[in-house]
Parts: sequence; structure tokens; C-alpha cells
Amino acid sequence: MKQHLILHVIAKIMIPFIMVFALYVQFHGDYGPGGGFQAGVIFGAGFILYGIVFGKEATMKIVPPPLVYTTAALGVLLYTGVGVAGMFLGGEFLNYSVLSADPVAGQHLGILLIEFGVGMTVASVMVILFLSFADYRQPDSQDTD
Amino acid sequence: MNAIELVVNFTLLGFLLVTALHISQTNRLFRAVMLFGIYSLLTASLFVSLDAVDVAFTEAAVGTCIATILMLSALSLTGSRKEVRYRRKNAAFAVCVSIALGVALAIGIMDMPQFADPNAPANLHVAPYYLQDSYSEIGIPNVVTSVLASYRGYDTLGEVVVIFTAGIGVIALLTGRSSKPKD
Repeated sequence: MKQHLILHVIAKIMIPFIMVFALYVQFHGDYGPGGGFQAGVIFGAGFILYGIVFGKEATMKIVPPPLVYTTAALGVLLYTGVGVAGMFLGGEFLNYSVLSADPVAGQHLGILLIEFGVGMTVASVMVILFLSFADYRQPDSQDTD
Repeated sequence: MNAIELVVNFTLLGFLLVTALHISQTNRLFRAVMLFGIYSLLTASLFVSLDAVDVAFTEAAVGTCIATILMLSALSLTGSRKEVRYRRKNAAFAVCVSIALGVALAIGIMDMPQFADPNAPANLHVAPYYLQDSYSEIGIPNVVTSVLASYRGYDTLGEVVVIFTAGIGVIALLTGRSSKPKD
């Protein structure tokens, strides 16, 4: 898609809005529809749109695979970390009430953190899926079948 | 249910039926993938009309966007853009099975409680507790989020781990193949 000027311009206009909308869905999920899962998918979709229009090499420069692998793992770690932190502070696993002096504020903080972890993992895995498919080379140039 | 809602529901369900019939009839995989995207978007619209906006959101983002892109990537990887031929040997038998299953499901639906019935078993178990007490316990207006992230936090952790595992699986299967494997 190197020569599609209209696609390039439109994608460049769209992608910032997609990213900002994903952040809105992420952090407004407590008050409106949405949450980490949806926000992660939308955030990943921004990168995927970039990858479709500008090619996989340009995308891999922005999001190198090692970085995406790391953020995918970090999201799960953040989620479980919040759960373990609750245990250390005297509650059960994934009991957010003990994270703060006020139980309701603790719940709010815990939900914000784990939703962020969910968003990180989901966005990273979506980018991983797309990049793996786009970057796949046949094991051998000749047909094995 | 007012008249507008009825018209919207019937229009969406009609489109859904037309799309499904087209998918079952088409020979081209590319067309089938695009139609599946449309099918998913129509499902998302139906979820909106059922007031399940969070589910609709997920369906629109995952089913319409990501799933379509992944299917298209798979198509371009495998290069199967040509037509597929169905063997229609047992078409009559398949139609009979479909109709029998449809009738059985329609009979089963008659036993289900009315939509949004406050006395339905699903609405009497823990739902009233979540609706009444979640705001004072969690302090978040969106009950879906507080159930998902706090009351059922363990399930959501499992979901995230499943997604992470899927990512690892794709990495293991598709990347690092540039060196020639020995058969």
C-alpha cells in the first residue's frame, strides 16, 4: 500500500483519535461502558491500522516485538501483583479493599490498576497476533505439500 | 416494547438472517469473511438494543474488527482466495437436521422467562445484591465493571491469562521460523 496517498492521509488523521478514544474507554470504564478489555482491543486496532497501511517494517520500528512481548507479560503481572499486594496488606487474593485506608477508595484503586493491566495485555496480544501473522514466512520456499 | 424498538429489532434480525444465508451460500472465502464482519456488527447492534452496551462494545471491537483482520491475514498467508466447492451430497439430510434443531430451540424458548422479567431466576439470585449494594461497596456507577473487576476478579484474571496464553501460542507457532527446520 505504498502508493495509496488517500489511505496514508486518512490513517494518519484517524490513528490519534483511535488512541485517545482507547484511553477514554480505558479510564472511563468505571463510569460508562467499556473497560480494559475493550480499550486494549481499540488501542491494538490503532497499531494494526498503522500496520495495514504503512507496512509491517514501519510498525515493528514503532513497536518492536520484544517490547510488545514485555508489555503483554507486564499486564498479567500487574493484575496478579495487585492481587498479591492485597494478600500482603492483610486481605485475600484480589481483595482490593485493603489497598487503601478507605475500603471504597481501595476498591476504586484496585479496579483502576487491574483494568490497566488487562488493557496492557490485550493491546499487546492483539499487536502480537497481527505482527506474527504479517511477519510469517513460509518455512521453506518450496511447497511441502 | 414500543413500536420503534420493535421495528429496529425486526430490521436487525432480518439483516442478520440475510447475512447468514449469504454466508452459507457464498463460494468465496474472502466474501464469507467480510460477511462475518457484518454479521458481528449486526449482533453488536442487537446487544445495544438489549441495553447490553458493554457486551456490544466488545463484540464490535473484537468480532468486527480484530477477528475480521485475523481471518483476512490467515487468508493472505494461506493464499486461499480461490473458490471453495462444497459437496452437497447430504443437503436434504442437513436441511432436515437444521429444521429439527430450530423447532426444538423454538419450543425451548417458550419455557424461558420473558425478557427483563424481574421474577426470572437469573434476576433473583445475586443480581439484586449487585444492583443495590455495589455502589456503596465499590463506589463505581458502572455495575458491569464492578462485577467484572471486583466481585468476579478471579474470573477476569483467568480471562487475561487465557489471552496471554493465546499470544504465547501464536508466537511459538508463527515466529522464529525463518531458519530452515529439518524435516
